[in-house]
Amino acid sequence: MGRYIVKRIIYMLLTLFIITTITFFLMHSIPGDPLAHMAKNLPEQVKANYYKKYGLDQPVIVQYGKFLKNVFTEGNLGESLRYPGRSVTETVLNNSKVSGRVGVQAISLGIVIGITLGIIAALFRNKWPDYLVMFIAILGVTVPSFIIASLLQYTFTVKFQLLPTTGWGDMKHTILPTIALAFSPIATYARYMRSNVLEVINQDYILTAQAKGVGTFSLITKHILRNAILPVITILGPQIAGIFTGSFVIERIFGIPGLGSYYITSINDRDYTMIIGTTVFYAAIFVVAQLVTDILYGIVDPRIRVSNDNE
Amino acid sequence: MEKILEVKDLNISFHTYAGEVKAVRGVSFDLHRGESLAIVGESGCGKTVTAKSIMRLLKEPPAEIKPGSQIIFDGKEDIVKMNRKRLKSFRGADVSMIFQDPMTSLNPTMTVGKQIMETLQIHKGMNKIEAKKEAIELLKIVNIPNPEVRINNYPHQLSGGMRQRVMIAMAISCNPKILIADEPTTALDVTIQAQIMDLLNELKDKFNTAIILITHDLGVVANFADKVQVMYAGEIIERGTREEIFYKSMHPYTWALLNSVPRLDTESKQELYSLGGTPPDLILPLKGCAFSSRCEYAMEICLERKPETTQLSPTHSLCCWLQHPDAPKVNRSEVVRGEING
Amino acid sequence: MEAIPKDKFRRVEIDSKEAEKMARPQISYWQDAWRRLKTNKVAILSLIILSLIIIMSIIGPIISGYEYEEVDPKSLNQPPSSEHWFGTDELGRDLFSRVWQAGRVSIIIGITGALISAIVGTIYGGIAAYFGGKVDNIMMRIVEILYSIPYLLVVILVSIVTDSKSLGSMLIALTLTGWCGTARMVRGQMLQIKSQEYIMAAETLGVKPSKIIIRHLIPNVLNVLIVSISFSIPNYIFSESFLSFIGLGIQPPNTSWGALASAAQQKFIFYPYQLFFPGLMIALTMLSFTLLGDGLRDALDPRLRE
Repeated sequence: MGRYIVKRIIYMLLTLFIITTITFFLMHSIPGDPLAHMAKNLPEQVKANYYKKYGLDQPVIVQYGKFLKNVFTEGNLGESLRYPGRSVTETVLNNSKVSGRVGVQAISLGIVIGITLGIIAALFRNKWPDYLVMFIAILGVTVPSFIIASLLQYTFTVKFQLLPTTGWGDMKHTILPTIALAFSPIATYARYMRSNVLEVINQDYILTAQAKGVGTFSLITKHILRNAILPVITILGPQIAGIFTGSFVIERIFGIPGLGSYYITSINDRDYTMIIGTTVFYAAIFVVAQLVTDILYGIVDPRIRVSNDNE
Repeated sequence: MEKILEVKDLNISFHTYAGEVKAVRGVSFDLHRGESLAIVGESGCGKTVTAKSIMRLLKEPPAEIKPGSQIIFDGKEDIVKMNRKRLKSFRGADVSMIFQDPMTSLNPTMTVGKQIMETLQIHKGMNKIEAKKEAIELLKIVNIPNPEVRINNYPHQLSGGMRQRVMIAMAISCNPKILIADEPTTALDVTIQAQIMDLLNELKDKFNTAIILITHDLGVVANFADKVQVMYAGEIIERGTREEIFYKSMHPYTWALLNSVPRLDTESKQELYSLGGTPPDLILPLKGCAFSSRCEYAMEICLERKPETTQLSPTHSLCCWLQHPDAPKVNRSEVVRGEING
Repeated sequence: MEAIPKDKFRRVEIDSKEAEKMARPQISYWQDAWRRLKTNKVAILSLIILSLIIIMSIIGPIISGYEYEEVDPKSLNQPPSSEHWFGTDELGRDLFSRVWQAGRVSIIIGITGALISAIVGTIYGGIAAYFGGKVDNIMMRIVEILYSIPYLLVVILVSIVTDSKSLGSMLIALTLTGWCGTARMVRGQMLQIKSQEYIMAAETLGVKPSKIIIRHLIPNVLNVLIVSISFSIPNYIFSESFLSFIGLGIQPPNTSWGALASAAQQKFIFYPYQLFFPGLMIALTMLSFTLLGDGLRDALDPRLRE
């Protein structure tokens, strides 16, 4: 297991490095002047100073070297092009707290409800609870989140005025965004869990358990669920990525000052340093989440646990 | 000897997309305490379905045990009519079962100890400590070395033979009156096969458990069963004691099965016998003898009417038109090559 | 026992070849798949809905009587009426025309995107599986790395770089890493089939490689490919609407369902119907493709044959 983790960490760092490099060069290959928006009306000398400040007067490869050095030695992602003096690292960290809270709430809600619904659907296969769950699941996968968010917003803030429309502050601000964001994980987990349970039910060892006289309740909890729930961990990684991109939309609709809405703003502003920084941060979280998922799965599933020991 | 199991006119159908598959057609047999019975036949002949129905393990639907079928356990209870609660206490305690593939029959995420303990906790009301002690005892009985260590292993850490031993330990843990072994050795190496069969034999004598052995291989039966039943297309076509089936059987299908067992005394260059054709489609209505389409001795009557049962001895009976006084005589010794040393 | 005429006990010759014949009629794989699909009501309904949406996208902008970019300052933000069937937007443009015009763009992106990634993915995965060994190893490592980058981040970055306002550059952004999933799937499927015993049997019997490829490899890869295309079309439509929503998509006056929905979302509280129609179209299209995909998967998987 130890060797496996080390190998995976090396892969992860390699991936992260490649993403950083690609992002950096992509952003620097955009034709046109990155400071055009502010440099237009400035005198030549001030302009030159700005270029120097951001290192834009040097060749791209030198800029890249500097960027890497700053990132790896002090975790410094640079300074915003649009708002001079604003540190990218700080902005990312501050805004990600807000996004993180909504994201964690949504993922937890999605896992709990999704798994429950999936189990119910599988156990009542081809009866109405199954059809209902599958209908919800299909809606969750096919209706874009901005429509769900808009509907929630309209129902609970305009029609019934139970919750604030937009903004950020206390718990009640997080309720609607969490639900809107949780919709897709609920759907994915419900579908996945359902098919897992159905697969496990047909395994020989379930027949063995029945032949032993195991009652329905223990059969479901001890034999079916344990085996069906394990693979659910594997889709945690992609789900976390889904939560990021979902947050871009949701945060904008609910006016939440999170990383997602900030990212969209910096895209629309063409604030390149900000875009690079945020992208690298997102990629890092995603890659780490995938690694943790894999390791977690290895720990939980005895088959994988041992085969790695024997490596 | 008292009867522990009486199967009477068992009919089982599967309702599928293509139609009703009549998998078991009017099977009847008795099993006595401590007796071993082998049910032999090709895959798809209904032997596993029969076995599963004794434990009511068939998924209903698509399976249906037809009205009129009876499986009387211990002279008093009809298994077909058992309710859920009784079934729960019945399975694993009164009758238990071992399956074909020990690789997939054990729960991969539970230690083998826990899986054995589970049975003990359900049926004997033992607490964890008692159950664990008993589970170690059981592993010793089935000859697993280092039972104290093995009890904490997961199934994938054990070899196929060991897993099957664990299955057997689980099956005998509550001293069942009947043990059903569904092809217990098919998925194992030949060397292990003999060990498992010896173990089953030993347990049968030790605990006076009746054993139903389901197999497609008459070779496995040779050293084991008291009684043998040959099944074909959902029916029992010949039954008798082991000696009667091996030395006096009269059904052409039984002969074909006997001839397809490899033997030491046949010449090495002699080709192993194989029966051509396939069993009939059980969705289609059967007219005449089910085996007639593959039978070397088929007569016109075989294609038209179902043969009746002929009793050759109190224990030996068969369904074949060749037994009719008007039928041409076939000399058994010319057909069955050599004998299996039973 | 009743008397049976003696001649009934005459031997009959049983042709063992006759007995080997299948009792049930045999039908080809694709016929069987079509038969199974036809019995799946949900899949057929999805197919009908999709056909309707596609037909309306072709003729919709023509039959409304308004051009999709036609501005009418006198009728701004009108609710649906006999005049404007889906209402008008903030510039007085007819939404019926715009929704179907947007449908053209969205569906073209969905279908072309799915086809491009299917073709690229199949070629890539096929080469990796065919050569195997080192080539396979390197090719799959590259895919693994590409695959571990969050998809929409790539799309966003590439969209920024190519300044994707046109269909073409948007397709590039969407498919740049979109084919990785297909490549993995095709390779996996091919390797699995190659190792199957019936292929080995065919090889040992001297069946020509070209015949093995045509008879075994292609049909088995084709079925998973068809299913994956029907699942990836809605994904591309979804990604496009996402891009449009964050301001990186199709630019006015041209439009897509995502762009329409994005514009409408900002005024949703006041004019909910403006979001209703594009939202409904996106949801309906995605739903239909997904359900059709489910149906195809069930129909094309021979193991589910009954």
